Amino acid sequence: MGGSIMEWSDQGIVLSARRHGESSAILSLLTEGHGRHAGLVRGGASRRQRGILQPGNLVTVAWRARLEEHLGGFTVELLRNPSAAWLDDPARIAALSSACTIADQTLPEREPGESVFNGLARLLDAMDEPGWQAAYVEWELALLGELGFGLDLSACAATGSNDALAYVSPRSGRAVSISAGEPYREKLLQLPGFLIGGAPVGPGDIAAGLALTGFFLDRHLFAPHQRRLPDPRGRLVERIRRADAGEPAVP
Amino acid sequence: MTDVERLIQLLARLPGLGPRSARRAALHLLKKRETLMGPLTQALEAVSRTVRTCSVCGNIDTLDPCGICSDGKRDPAVICVLEEVGDLWALERTGSFKGRYHVLGGHLSALDGIGPEDLNIAMLVERAQQDTVKEVILATNLTIDGQTTAHYIAERLRAAGVSVTRLAHGVPVGGELDYLDDGTLTAALRARRAVES
Repeated sequence: MGGSIMEWSDQGIVLSARRHGESSAILSLLTEGHGRHAGLVRGGASRRQRGILQPGNLVTVAWRARLEEHLGGFTVELLRNPSAAWLDDPARIAALSSACTIADQTLPEREPGESVFNGLARLLDAMDEPGWQAAYVEWELALLGELGFGLDLSACAATGSNDALAYVSPRSGRAVSISAGEPYREKLLQLPGFLIGGAPVGPGDIAAGLALTGFFLDRHLFAPHQRRLPDPRGRLVERIRRADAGEPAVP
Repeated sequence: MTDVERLIQLLARLPGLGPRSARRAALHLLKKRETLMGPLTQALEAVSRTVRTCSVCGNIDTLDPCGICSDGKRDPAVICVLEEVGDLWALERTGSFKGRYHVLGGHLSALDGIGPEDLNIAMLVERAQQDTVKEVILATNLTIDGQTTAHYIAERLRAAGVSVTRLAHGVPVGGELDYLDDGTLTAALRARRAVES
């Protein structure tokens, strides 16, 4: 007498695909209704399927296993391939790799979270537009919040006022106003205006935003597991820094 | 375990072979001991003894520098950068490239922890700085990791003052648009060029 087969269908964003054996792949997806979920794709290393399993691709997926705790198998179909348009854009490719790697390494497995899926989907949509860098920083900030390490940027930690917030305390993760933070400015992290109240992005703001989110991502999600922030994120930070410094891009 | 079982077990480790096909291959070898098994054993022994990685380009050959690097007829002004030796063999099969190669030995991968220091990039930068080199063609795979590697190398070659190009992306020869995936079509549209008249 056989037990019932576990199966579901969903849509998901490819986070990573690792070759398994000669022709299969272990796929890690961020699904809409089943959280980050891994599964075996038979033939996933084949020429036909490899293109489908690229990070950032939106796919429909059917998962099937004998028992719920099994790895199970995925059948995958491509819905959208956003990265095809960015392959010549090193900063966008670095941002895409960075977002997928961070999500893959930090999100708990099989914990449903529609807002996390929607957040990454929104980021991928925003990356088609100019000014996508701010959306990337906002995504990292939102991810920290989703994982329980959100920053409190609503009011100054020292005075309680919500005027002229300009710093974040590395200790508490709370905003600090210009006047209260001035004596400690060397020790505080800069808070770019676009992260509070939608101020326009100014020079150096993206780099400041990445430094802010990078500090807390490292402290709460990577360092405790003896891991470094992913290399693609470092390359993104470096490209933003060079763009701010007015250095020419590689043609 | 008998010697024959050991042979089957080793053959089963080869790509494309499973236990059943390994058994068939072993049986075939045993039947053709004189004409196939003997020469195959000698060839395997010879290659295993002499094969080495080219200290210039990373190719696999029985010579160092490899046959391509030491071929005076090949254009030293152009270097084509590839991820794996298999990619080099694929380009050589076309017979359309007469320059030299550089094999990286993989691609950057955050997931697998492969960084620039794990690839044959420093040697490429050194080669590109030679006066004879005018162009470096980046022929890494058209995947996120492959293109990340290409962008990184382009960055590293900035100071070398060479022209950095990449392979075209688009519709394959004999391809029908109806059967192409969206990504390939998007890349092809972006890389369109004027029709000569």
